[in-house]
Amino acid sequence: MGELRLMKGNEVIAEAAIRCGCDGYFGYPITPQSEIMETLMEREPWNETGMVVLQAESEIASINMVYGAAASGKKVMTSSSSPGISLMAEGISYLAGAELPCMIVNVQRGGPGLGTIQPSQADYFQSTKGGGHGDYRLIVLAPSSVQEMNDFVDLAFKLAFKYRNPAMILADGAIGQMMEKVVLADYIPRRTTEELNETCGSWATNGRKSNRHQNIVTSLELNSEKMEANNIRFQEKYARMEAEEVLYEEIQCDDAEYILVAFGSSARICQKSVDMAREEGIKLGLLRPITLFPFPKNPIAALAKRVKGFLVVETNAGQMVEDVQLAVGSGVPVKYFGRMGGIIPGPSEVIEALEQKLIGG
Amino acid sequence: MNLTDIIKPGNLVYTKPKLLTEKTMHYCPGCSHGVVHRLLAEVIEDLGIEEKTIGISPVGCAVFAYNYIDIDWVEAAHGRAPAVATGISRTNPDKIVFTYQGDGDLASIGAGEIMHACNRGEDIVVIFINNAIYGMTGGQMAPTTLLGQKTATTPNGRDAGRNGYPLKITELIAQLPGTSYVTRQSVQTPAAIRKCKKAITKAFQAALDKKGTSFVEVVSTCSSNWKLTPEKSNEWMEQNMFPFYVPGDLKDSSKSDPESYAPLKN
Repeated sequence: MGELRLMKGNEVIAEAAIRCGCDGYFGYPITPQSEIMETLMEREPWNETGMVVLQAESEIASINMVYGAAASGKKVMTSSSSPGISLMAEGISYLAGAELPCMIVNVQRGGPGLGTIQPSQADYFQSTKGGGHGDYRLIVLAPSSVQEMNDFVDLAFKLAFKYRNPAMILADGAIGQMMEKVVLADYIPRRTTEELNETCGSWATNGRKSNRHQNIVTSLELNSEKMEANNIRFQEKYARMEAEEVLYEEIQCDDAEYILVAFGSSARICQKSVDMAREEGIKLGLLRPITLFPFPKNPIAALAKRVKGFLVVETNAGQMVEDVQLAVGSGVPVKYFGRMGGIIPGPSEVIEALEQKLIGG
Repeated sequence: MNLTDIIKPGNLVYTKPKLLTEKTMHYCPGCSHGVVHRLLAEVIEDLGIEEKTIGISPVGCAVFAYNYIDIDWVEAAHGRAPAVATGISRTNPDKIVFTYQGDGDLASIGAGEIMHACNRGEDIVVIFINNAIYGMTGGQMAPTTLLGQKTATTPNGRDAGRNGYPLKITELIAQLPGTSYVTRQSVQTPAAIRKCKKAITKAFQAALDKKGTSFVEVVSTCSSNWKLTPEKSNEWMEQNMFPFYVPGDLKDSSKSDPESYAPLKN
């Protein structure tokens, strides 16, 4: 059993990064996630584990510092919030195109534009469908508690290195700012140069030793046939993620007639809605996607065979609902309920929407 | 006497550096890139740092620099090379990292990244190829295009009112306390090439000695987009570019920490 603490979600990301042997953090302040870099600077991990922490001049520079360090095989990360992630989109596309592992935290706020600093889930499309240019995918993990902010740091790095692909923790202002009990992870030492060369030596640009060919990290390929082969290899990798890495949680789905589908902070509210609905005699369950890409299509399709309808609850204008509709197909109604602008709906609002859109409808 | 009588190890005074690969360079005749690539290969070889040097190639004509010098390379997004170099250098302080950037990459889209990397005094080397025009995209105006110079996007010549002024970014870089060695060179004559090699050597030595950022501008030619022969290009460069981009050292000191930068007492 690890160390038990009461911490903010953002602070936990920093603590977990130090403890999982992260080599470097590069970032730029933006609300509501600035505590991540502040906590790191306060902790001075360069004295403890040797982890580098650098405040960059912009999100564009941050993600390109991550790109450089990741190219050399290092375990590195950045964090930001929605407008900052938009600025990083170019670099994220290059990371995906050059097949580099890294971890990106998006503590979402409402948009579009400067929007609001209040919580939102409006970056679902941006995170799960690519976000920058070109055909690529990120591994996207959606924590719904401070504990999962801790647990997903190590998990995101593991998946990023397994697939040589950027992984994202998609949180929101609520999860980032709230304080909860958390069991912190145990310390894992940073990888030694020998360990790095053993696992990443075939591609990492950390100096061409006399015993190997030069390593080149690039996303450029002007020969169309070779570029298409690269694209096919990427797509096969994403398909492998879909086959092997789907994570989700089912709450009271066994006998459910209606299913709520929600991720992150919305799932916390929906969990309460399920309890309240059951007190009223409505057989309601919750399916919580934990990986948003790869998306839990199959478990949703399986539920669709025996339930009367799905209500997708998200604090955006209805984004994940499209993926649920694709998984369900025709036959069973799939409806959306959500609030925007930084407003988080209460559990009873969800039940009202359920009654209006599905049970009564 | 046959050619084979002349080609003997004892007569060898000059050869291709080992680090230059066998690949045929894609550069146009008269382009300065090939010469600067060769100098880089020579310097890295002379200093014996090929196993710990990482190059960052830009977006521009030199995007394929990684095909020609046999070291590890990372290809950066347009303008971002100094940030990419920072990421590698900070997490690998025992390595030597250099960026190789053109004028559009460094002084236009990447003006922010180069300023801040130099201002932080990253222990990296920057090679800045300034030929006053965009090469790869076909001869459009660069931030360093001279007033009156005709390009694809200034067909009647660069006009200060419409297009702003040519940017002396190297002069700006020399003001930053993080830089230790800032110089402007060229490679149009054997003498200039020898001088430029000395400058590049000094820049890499400064990075090895952790003296902060070293910055070598090479005023260069672009025969294809200037629409001049290689020989005329050299003349045009000397006549038009040198009066504005004056060759020579702009700064030569160890990383400065002047009194005006004294930290607040906590």
